[in-house]
Amino acid sequence: MLRFTVRRLLQAIPTLFVLSVLVFAWLRLLPGGPATALLGDKATPEKVAAMNAVLGLDDPIVIQYFRFLGRVLTGDFGASLITGDPVMTEVARAFPATLELSVAAMFLAVLFGIPMGYLAARFRGRFLDNATVVTTLVGVAVPVFFLGFLLKYVFTQEIALLPPSGRQDVLIDATRVTGIATLDGLLTGEFDATWDAILHLILPSIALASIPFAVIVRITRASVLDVQGEDFVRTADSKGLTTPVVRRRHVLRNALLPVSTTIGLQTGLLMSGAVLTEKVFAWGGLGTLLEQAIQQRDYPRLQGLILLFATVFVLVNLLVDISYAIIDPRVRVR
Amino acid sequence: MSILSTRKADKIDALAEGGTSLAMDALRRTFRNPVAIIGLVIVALFVILAIIAPFIAPKDPYVPYPELQNQLTPSNIPGPMPGFVLGSDQNGYDFFSRLLVGAQQTLFVGVFATLIGVAIGMVIGGLAGAFGGWVDTVLMRLTDIMLSIPSLLLAISIAALLPGSQWTVIIAVAMIGVPVFARLLRGAMMAQRSSDHVLAATALGVKRRTIVFRHMLPNSIGPVIVQATLTLATAIIDAAALSFLGLGDSDWRRAEWGLMLGKAQELLSVKPSLAFYPAIAIIIVALGFTLLGESMRESLDPKNRR
Repeated sequence: MLRFTVRRLLQAIPTLFVLSVLVFAWLRLLPGGPATALLGDKATPEKVAAMNAVLGLDDPIVIQYFRFLGRVLTGDFGASLITGDPVMTEVARAFPATLELSVAAMFLAVLFGIPMGYLAARFRGRFLDNATVVTTLVGVAVPVFFLGFLLKYVFTQEIALLPPSGRQDVLIDATRVTGIATLDGLLTGEFDATWDAILHLILPSIALASIPFAVIVRITRASVLDVQGEDFVRTADSKGLTTPVVRRRHVLRNALLPVSTTIGLQTGLLMSGAVLTEKVFAWGGLGTLLEQAIQQRDYPRLQGLILLFATVFVLVNLLVDISYAIIDPRVRVR
Repeated sequence: MSILSTRKADKIDALAEGGTSLAMDALRRTFRNPVAIIGLVIVALFVILAIIAPFIAPKDPYVPYPELQNQLTPSNIPGPMPGFVLGSDQNGYDFFSRLLVGAQQTLFVGVFATLIGVAIGMVIGGLAGAFGGWVDTVLMRLTDIMLSIPSLLLAISIAALLPGSQWTVIIAVAMIGVPVFARLLRGAMMAQRSSDHVLAATALGVKRRTIVFRHMLPNSIGPVIVQATLTLATAIIDAAALSFLGLGDSDWRRAEWGLMLGKAQELLSVKPSLAFYPAIAIIIVALGFTLLGESMRESLDPKNRR
């Protein structure tokens, strides 16, 4: 097990290394180079030259790269052009919001996805199954941000039931502990703040959950169908185990293996979706940071965020692989 | 006719043709599936609309109409009125005509984004699959890295580099597909490498070039076609997402559903239909390609072959 873990860890290093080269090169591919990107199109040649000197852009490219790598490894992604704050500080400030939204969305997707996929498989070919399959296909076809707007339109404009945007009512002066609004209220005993945060969380998390939900339903369904046909299920049936026991112990437990992997792999989708959902609901997390960076061409921040998102994604995939090896010993040998 | 006799008839047909290839068989099975038919009908209608839209559009989609512009205020966008079926858009253009013509531009973006992705992906995957060894290792590491960036972020990072044009959107969205197609083709070709007929061809002394192009590629192309169909759906949605983030086409006049949807989001409280109709069009078309692709995938699966 340890050998497998170490091997996978070592495999992730070249990936991250090349990734850092690409992200480094990316900023250099900008029209006019990084100095123009930082100063704007109207910068005079003198200013650009001065900036080049400041940024060390006159040095050989390899030296520049290692300088960049050294800074990145110590968590220094430069300063955002919009706020002037270090990108890392901004990320740390915005991260709890995105974490809260993503966890809530994943929670919804798993909570409803696995039972629906399981039921669809059990009633294969019947109305429930067909309805589920159609729902998941439509779920994937609806643009995430449009679903967000639809929910917002229906539940805040047509029926004023839920708050349209933000994470918490501005009038609630909640104490910040972790930065996760729902959790902070519970920790400090400000339950009205938690309740308000939950209300704000409902619509964005539903919008963000739509695609992972559809994927989880389909994988669960396919996986349960696969396992149902296995010999050991027939054996369990024929040795007289009751149907609920067979379903729970033999079918579901084995069927959930591929599902657990999928859940990890959905992180990438969640990150993409979060960018869109956060814009719709003015959420103020990492997605909002990214979106602002795009609008205002804040390249240092954009560079930092892309590298960060990709690194997180690589690490999550690594964790998924390792956890899969724990659950299923056959993987380790491969 | 009972199920049994249908199958028997199939068997006879197959005999008469001297056996069917997996591809023909899969194609036939695809179009026996009602889901595939629905998908195909949607896609066909979309393509037809895309072709004839400029001729059936009642008004010019790229010209503002004074009778619409006169009534245009920040809080009011004229609804349906005589001559303008769905009223105006936010710039005083005929919304209905723009919706119709939008099919053409949307198809354009979807098809080219997919084709570029397929082309680059197939070159990478084909080289990896044909040569194996270190070529394979290097190219697959490259695709791994592309896959290690969440898809929308990959598109964003490319679109942010280029000036905002329609081709920027197409290229950015195409890059999402590149690693997928590369891995898919490479995987299928790897499976072919060790298959009996390739082994036989090698033993007969057939040139490697011929083996790759005549034996391995044609037999590996199925999953790529399926994935391309599915990618058409996601490409259209991803293009819309880029527009929504402000990375889309800078030509705000262009009638393309993703762009129209992206631009209409701020006007949701004024005239929601400006967002709803392009969105519904995108959803239906994406659903059509998805239904078609999924049923093709199902029938290509040898497990389902009878």
